Amino acid sequence: MSTSAATTAPPAAATAQETSATVEFRQVRRAFGAAVALDGLDLAVRPGELLALLGPSGCGKTTALRMLAGFETPDFGDVMVDGEDVTAVPAHRRDAGMVFQSYSLFPHLSAADNVAFGLRMRKIGVAERRARAAELLELVGLPQHGDRYPHQLSGGQQQRIALARALALRPRVLLLDEPLSALDAKVRLTLREEIRRLQRELAITTLFVTHDQEEALSMADRVAVMHAGRLEQCAEPAELYAHPATAFVAEFVGTMNRIPGRTGDDGSVVEVLGRRLPVDGPQAAPHREVEVLVRPEAVELLADEEGKARVTGTMFLGALTRITVRLADGTVVKADMTTHAAATFPAGAAVTVGLPDHPVLIDERRA
Amino acid sequence: MNANTGRRRAATGPQRHQPLARWAVVPLLLFVAIAFGIPALAMLGGAFTTSDAGPGTAVHYTTGNLTASLQGAYFTALLGSVKLSLTTALISTVVGLLLAQAVVTSRHGMLRHAVLSASGVLANFGGVPLAFAFVATLGNAGVLTQHLGLDKAGWSLYSFWGLVLVYLYFLVPLMVLTVISSLDGLRAQWREAARNNGATTWQYWRYVALPVLAPSLLGGFVLLFGSAFAAYATARAMVGASVPLITLQIANTLGGNVFAGQGNVGLAMSLDMVVVAGLVMAVYIPLQRRSARWLV
Repeated sequence: MSTSAATTAPPAAATAQETSATVEFRQVRRAFGAAVALDGLDLAVRPGELLALLGPSGCGKTTALRMLAGFETPDFGDVMVDGEDVTAVPAHRRDAGMVFQSYSLFPHLSAADNVAFGLRMRKIGVAERRARAAELLELVGLPQHGDRYPHQLSGGQQQRIALARALALRPRVLLLDEPLSALDAKVRLTLREEIRRLQRELAITTLFVTHDQEEALSMADRVAVMHAGRLEQCAEPAELYAHPATAFVAEFVGTMNRIPGRTGDDGSVVEVLGRRLPVDGPQAAPHREVEVLVRPEAVELLADEEGKARVTGTMFLGALTRITVRLADGTVVKADMTTHAAATFPAGAAVTVGLPDHPVLIDERRA
Repeated sequence: MNANTGRRRAATGPQRHQPLARWAVVPLLLFVAIAFGIPALAMLGGAFTTSDAGPGTAVHYTTGNLTASLQGAYFTALLGSVKLSLTTALISTVVGLLLAQAVVTSRHGMLRHAVLSASGVLANFGGVPLAFAFVATLGNAGVLTQHLGLDKAGWSLYSFWGLVLVYLYFLVPLMVLTVISSLDGLRAQWREAARNNGATTWQYWRYVALPVLAPSLLGGFVLLFGSAFAAYATARAMVGASVPLITLQIANTLGGNVFAGQGNVGLAMSLDMVVVAGLVMAVYIPLQRRSARWLV
């Protein structure tokens, strides 16, 4: 994207800021035959916020987005935009711009005509259409590409045109359905930043569907983690990572070790690796076999010739190195440390594994 | 195996297969040369030559045959064929598109299966059997003609519109087969993107679906035109000389049914048809190419 595009304040910005909308899903349920896509979803999106819907395939995140766009109808519940129930409003009157996973530009129209398509449907004059299309092409950094057809554009360029098209009608809400998943890694990183910049400039309420946790954590103001049609947790990225509300969130967001432990007399304490640590979040019954969830960066390794754990492998990650350790009971634990420090733990080395004095999440022990 | 051997094998592998692949094409080329090339050359030669009466006489080069083929009854027949082909192709394109769309959007897989199978059979059902089927059904003494009293309403199967009806019987299924893959290629996301941009269903068809389908529809139209233009047996069995068609005129001149010694004019008329077919193909091929790019 050109520097000029990045620094020019778009004329649309002020308008969009004024029209930033709230979005609310109230007890929304949707089933496709026996498969329940959404199971009583309750979720509120704040004005001007970028909220990422994150979850594995089939968790209902795309169904929720399509419901907001008007492409799906809930079996039960309401979809609200700015406090107004839009559940029965047809898709072409929803006032929500959408960017699809596979670009979905119209192949017979040039980039400028694709951008101006919505304006044409609204019967806006040719001169105004052209001016608005040029303005949006400038905004997405493709001012010279208006005459090109989709097949003459790269994937990243097509997705920028799709973004411009979605913004052409100055929608109250912007919907992004895995817009980066069809792009290669480098373009994805660039476009990720571009989308975030545009969203902030226009202050437009945005829902972003992705299954890529890194994408969600790096772009969103808040991340809503979904599982089996339900909302597991909705929080800011740092909060989500540091304090996952459930075992599913803990494991889905980032990497998580599962170390065998046993709850104490009242279930508020767990014994793990020879230590007693307070339990964070939902507790289990007393004297129960559980698994303690610990991030790799929280695991401490100590070189110890008498240690019963053994280093089985290392993975270079740049500044960090991930060390894989096998405990005496066969449990595999991953520990992250600086690459410099990791040099002292060669494969086969005997180590002692420790945990810091922090509350830990626990989960039922898996078979 | 060492690395050098591997490289040598990798390099010689494809070469070993190439000559075989080339030879496999030879029977096809021979067939095309015999079944298409020789008759085409004979037609071309005959269209531009004339010979004096009697065996062993001199052959003269002339454009007279072509001139004659574009005059009088022959020209009327050429226009008749073009008119019949345009009419049937147009109707079949519209009806075939609607039928194919109904099949594509149907939730019943069996319906699609049944329509496609039936279309495959009906698109190839032509000639005298088809003519007879219609004569028995909608001819002067046909079952439906008598039952519905169509003859009193002025209906005649042995007319231009009667012929149109019969041609539709195999052209509509042909259009269904032609256009259904293009309709399958229309992405659901285009419809959703259009709706998301404020387009109604009508606007989606007007501004997205039909323009995207246009090359494919025009390609189908051209194919139907060619098919109707070249049809002979059905028309021969049904209307004889009452509807002027170029294929019937060619048969008359080559057979010497009306005027003896008009064989070369018949070949010139065949050349007229080749020119029309060539023009049709010139339109069809680029359209198909464009359509294939859009509707992957």
